[in-house]
Amino acid sequence: MVPISYYLILSGILFACGVTGFLIKRNIISIFMSIELMLNGVNLSFVAFAAQWHALSGQVFVFFVMVVAAAEAAVGLAIIISVYRTRETLNVDQVDLLKL
Amino acid sequence: MTPDLHLWLIPVLPLVGAVINGLFGKKFSQQTIAGLALLFSGAAFAVVLSVAFRFSALATPHTETLATWIRAGSFQADFAFYLDHLSLVMLLVVTGVGFLIHIYSVGYMGEEGGFYRFFAYLNLFMFFMLTLVLASNYLLMFIGWEGVGLASYLLIGFWFTKDTAAAAGKKAFIVNRIGDFGFLIALFLLIKHFGSLNFEQVAQRVSPLNPETGGAGLLTAIGLLLMVGAAGKSAQIPLYVWLPDAMEGPTPVSALIHAATMVTAGVYMVSRSHLIFERAPTALTVVAIVGTLTALFAATIGVTQTDIKKVLAYSTVSQLGYMFIACGVGAFSAAIFHLMTHAFFKGLLFLAAGSVIHAVSGEQDMRQMGGLRTKIPWTFWTMTVGTFAIAGIPPFAGFFSKDEILWRAYQASWVYWAIGLFTALLTSFYMFRLWFLTFFGVYRGAAEASDEDAAPHGHGHGGIHESPMVMVIPLVVLAVLSVTGGWIGVPASLGGSNRFGKFLGPTFESTTPGLKAGPGAASQVAPPGKESEQPEPQTGGASEVALTGISVSAALIGFGLAWLLYYRNPRLPQQIASRLGGFYRAVVNKYYVDELYAALFVKPLIAGSALILWHGIDQDVIDATLDNSAHGANEVSDSIRHMQSGNLRSYAGWVAAGAALVIVYMVWVGTR
Amino acid sequence: MLHLILFLVFGAVCVAGAVNLLVQRHPINGALSLVVVMGSLAVEYLLLGAEFVAAVQVIVYAGAIMVLFVFVIMLLNAGEEERTRGSKVAMLFGVPGMLVGSILIGWVLIERGSGAAVPAGALPGAPKVIGWLLFHDFLLPFEVTSILVLIAIMGAVVLASHPDTDQGRKEG
Repeated sequence: MVPISYYLILSGILFACGVTGFLIKRNIISIFMSIELMLNGVNLSFVAFAAQWHALSGQVFVFFVMVVAAAEAAVGLAIIISVYRTRETLNVDQVDLLKL
Repeated sequence: MTPDLHLWLIPVLPLVGAVINGLFGKKFSQQTIAGLALLFSGAAFAVVLSVAFRFSALATPHTETLATWIRAGSFQADFAFYLDHLSLVMLLVVTGVGFLIHIYSVGYMGEEGGFYRFFAYLNLFMFFMLTLVLASNYLLMFIGWEGVGLASYLLIGFWFTKDTAAAAGKKAFIVNRIGDFGFLIALFLLIKHFGSLNFEQVAQRVSPLNPETGGAGLLTAIGLLLMVGAAGKSAQIPLYVWLPDAMEGPTPVSALIHAATMVTAGVYMVSRSHLIFERAPTALTVVAIVGTLTALFAATIGVTQTDIKKVLAYSTVSQLGYMFIACGVGAFSAAIFHLMTHAFFKGLLFLAAGSVIHAVSGEQDMRQMGGLRTKIPWTFWTMTVGTFAIAGIPPFAGFFSKDEILWRAYQASWVYWAIGLFTALLTSFYMFRLWFLTFFGVYRGAAEASDEDAAPHGHGHGGIHESPMVMVIPLVVLAVLSVTGGWIGVPASLGGSNRFGKFLGPTFESTTPGLKAGPGAASQVAPPGKESEQPEPQTGGASEVALTGISVSAALIGFGLAWLLYYRNPRLPQQIASRLGGFYRAVVNKYYVDELYAALFVKPLIAGSALILWHGIDQDVIDATLDNSAHGANEVSDSIRHMQSGNLRSYAGWVAAGAALVIVYMVWVGTR
Repeated sequence: MLHLILFLVFGAVCVAGAVNLLVQRHPINGALSLVVVMGSLAVEYLLLGAEFVAAVQVIVYAGAIMVLFVFVIMLLNAGEEERTRGSKVAMLFGVPGMLVGSILIGWVLIERGSGAAVPAGALPGAPKVIGWLLFHDFLLPFEVTSILVLIAIMGAVVLASHPDTDQGRKEG
């Protein structure tokens, strides 16, 4: 018998780690992985709430989140590849041409 | 049943002419413009004539109300017209002389640019002047007052591309404004204490008051302030400085506005307010003193001037001084009489001077003229008539009016008379000086030799030539009036019956208690045949003739001196001038009054305005606020733009921080 | 009891994997720790009774997406991260902000949470039930996401293709 709040705290920790990774990391792929980590944390909280309120739609939503994450990962990685081809670098600090 | 004379037609007809010429004149031909202008001003004159014919059947004063204007509590001012003997005289003078000058201008301004503009302004002036004369209350009169100032500014600065003309226009308007300030305060006092600006109502409320013999009081204040306004408009000391500069305008303008009509508005206004002035002896004395000093002062300056129009300008100031002397001694109808004859002969003199200038292709310096009498005979003979009239030589018009003023001045104080007499001598002197310099001797100018355009009125056809008939005919008409105009005011002592004075009698009837006790005169209603303001002493006859003789001889002495210095012995003036040295230079430079005003008022005002209003407020406050707020916006956005660095992680940092803020807020709201 | 122990064990594994992702400099190490995280998350789902979701998590997330990640890392030959000048803002504002946010949420959840405990397998999400929901109540999102995936595929192919080979194909 685990209180739901434990799951939510875990989900929060995962999310926080994801955000921190996004802020700290310099490699673009690592940043992407942090995004995936964030999404996973959110998925966990969806399922936890679904269990708390006895609403299966929470789990169905997790399904959709995963689909979107997959699509996003595919396109994002394709973009990374083409950026790598032009910029020759995976360091996000060196790709800062869109500035004022 | 009061007949409706449609008095409103009189001012409105020239206004219509002004509007049509002003709006559409650019596309009309010169004939159309001239025709329209003459049509409307002539129509106004015709209406005045018809009113004059029906005048004797009217009950005076005759008022016609056009519309209500202001109704505030117990104060009421309407668009209403007031016709009595005084206004009829003024109407005849303004429309008659005005119409003649319109005709003259068709010829004079024919080769100038801006033909339609000139006639639009001229008609506009007529509208305002007629409003001034016909107004039934001070407020409508003030509208006309300001309007003629505006028309004067527009016409003085007619050739506005010339700096001196534009500056002269500004000077006229500004100096007038100073006078208007005094006028306005007088109006405010009238409203406050008498509750009305309507002539009739003011008359009713002022009549029962006693004269303020103490030397101060409400009516004295009102009178003095009205005099300030009159001094501005009628060019008396200390506000006369604009009139000589106003000669920058075209000569018909000088004739109409600055000789015959506008400058007389002050005299008219003082005469209208005679009930107030009669009850404020101090104010009357001030008026008389100002008039006397101005007359003398301007005459001395006129003696030394070399520009033909400037001589006439100072002469105008001087003659206006005479009118104010008359007002100041209570002889209002004498003032109006002189106003009328002055309109005739001064208008004539200016128009003839314009004709002379036209003949010598724009030259205005008398030292460059001479010997013109054979070449421009019509101009010569009409100008001669005008000169004799202004010098006060019988039987010309100026003699009768000036003589009446001198006689009434003598009755008040011999000082006024003495100064007035000396001024008459000077007047005769400088006018004949002008006459000799211009028409006699040898021609000293350059017009015949070359074709150069020397002045604004130069035109290519060289040679001295007489003016066209359209210019000569008004000269002739005015000359006839200058001869005969005085005959309606021949005093009893010389065998006449002073019909003019009798005509104006009802207007100037005085019901002032205590003023009737003139020397040896009966009180009660004025006996017929004498002035109604101050009954003449019965013993007037002999001394009046004696004084008349003295003034005529003064005029003749002036003539003789001029003949001596400018015909017989032309080198004498130079010797006299060098003998007098500094004093002569001061007079030639108009006693440095303009320089004095510039140093005392103009320069400090300009410096103060530039320093405080321009730099201090306009630049440092208003402009600075705008500039600095724009600059500030610039700086703020400049510093904010660094947020967009192109760096992904800093964007993420901002997003995280913002999200944290939102979360904090939501938690706080949720857990409150 | 077992429920709690299992939860704590796999929760710890999860967090350890997440922290390792942050700490590791080479992306491949990060990718592998992410796989660990996903695996333990699948167990957590199972503990909550979401069988189908757990299975899908392993198959899709750990099995497909992470594989894609690893392929890209190997394709691009990503090396260790260099030390470059970072963003001050991220450090100064982002991390503390995020910390504040998460702590606050955690505090709220703990204080105000219902505290209701759910038993293991509280809400059995059998595939049949999920399928029923998916094809009845959530039909529209389902179809839309399928189109989304299609677009993502096309986009990925276009973006990642070599410019030369494209030109070659056009002439051919």
